Amino acid sequence: MIPAAFDYVRAGSAEEAVATLATHGDEAKLLAGGHSLIPLMRFRLARPAVLVDIGRLDDLSYIRDGGDHVAIGTLTRHRDVETSDLVAARAGLLGEVTSHVGDPQVRHRGTLGGAVAHGDPASDIPSALIALGATLVAAGPQGSREISVDDFFSGFLETALADDEMLTEVRIPAADGARWGFEKFNRRAQDWAIVGVSAVVRAGGEVGVGLVNMDSTPVRAAAVESALAGGASGAEAAELAAEGCEPTEDLNASVEYRRHLARVLTRRALEAAGL
Amino acid sequence: MEISVTINGTAHTHDVEPRTLLVHYIRDVVGLTGTNIGCDTSSCGACTIHVNGESVKSCTMFAVQADGEDLLTIEGLADGDTLHPMQESFRQCHALQCGYCTPGMVMAAVSFLDENPNPSEREVRLGLEGNLCRCTGYHNIVKAVLHCAAGGEQ
Repeated sequence: MIPAAFDYVRAGSAEEAVATLATHGDEAKLLAGGHSLIPLMRFRLARPAVLVDIGRLDDLSYIRDGGDHVAIGTLTRHRDVETSDLVAARAGLLGEVTSHVGDPQVRHRGTLGGAVAHGDPASDIPSALIALGATLVAAGPQGSREISVDDFFSGFLETALADDEMLTEVRIPAADGARWGFEKFNRRAQDWAIVGVSAVVRAGGEVGVGLVNMDSTPVRAAAVESALAGGASGAEAAELAAEGCEPTEDLNASVEYRRHLARVLTRRALEAAGL
Repeated sequence: MEISVTINGTAHTHDVEPRTLLVHYIRDVVGLTGTNIGCDTSSCGACTIHVNGESVKSCTMFAVQADGEDLLTIEGLADGDTLHPMQESFRQCHALQCGYCTPGMVMAAVSFLDENPNPSEREVRLGLEGNLCRCTGYHNIVKAVLHCAAGGEQ
């Protein structure tokens, strides 16, 4: 399976990448680690006329302590997130969730920003970003803007990023002393989650819960969070995990089975987080 | 587009189409056919090589992305006629049946032990989750990796 032909542009900076995107509009796609995009191109589900390779922008690969947050450059590879002491100490849920992405080979190449910008509802990482309340930083021709993770995912494989914008940084509000749980249900090693749940209980008691593959976008389990805030037990709140979700049916699971999984996995994730 | 890569210590420069996948470049242009193509969908790991010392599925990378990088394929693992300790462990533990997954499995296992030199059996199984053996010969593959981690020689 050979991808359709495309023009290849290697960007020397984020500004250059954005400028190239602005020239080509929706004909162009960014190439980072390529582990979401290249499979789509091989199936010819994606046929960009221009690929803008940002994989060599090493200045966008970093994990920094920002005081009240952890700042992670968009091109940071999964392996670096997974093994980072800073992430483990201040955003541990993200480190754990990242260690479940794909397989070691995928994590050596795939990038945090790529996984997020791809907008796949079955991807593990967005659930952690939702639970942790991340902020995403995007660069465009007019400069930078910040986007709350709750406003970022707009549809199946669609995000709030404009055609000429690129993700540059992910900011995680520091979660020192938090407890968390991540539950991923699948039938084969390395497979996508049939349903997954990220839950975090911050040191101050604030709870965040994000769901994988329960709707056309990654979603927040808002009903669970508000039930917990109102004094419900973890088990009681978990019963509300599928509320407001519109999961799809596929060969792995019916809609009702997905709803069931969301409730069970949320209970387990909350238990792991100490609730 | 012209690219220059080092494969198993030898420098290569070729003009490639941007859409050329790295595994096709290695097999069809450079002529190193030890790296196999299995599933073609980044699932099976048969095409695993090392890029700058880390295991990567070469079917999910364009050759242009490897420009300037240092690659290692199964052909570059042995030292002349002396097998790499992982290859020797696979031989001693009979860790192959049809052998199709073996080059990728060995390359993944070498990278895995670089990152985790003293793994548990469970860690080996998780560490090789990106590689499928359709003969389902996992038992001896896991044994071989543990054997290699323990120093190899019997």
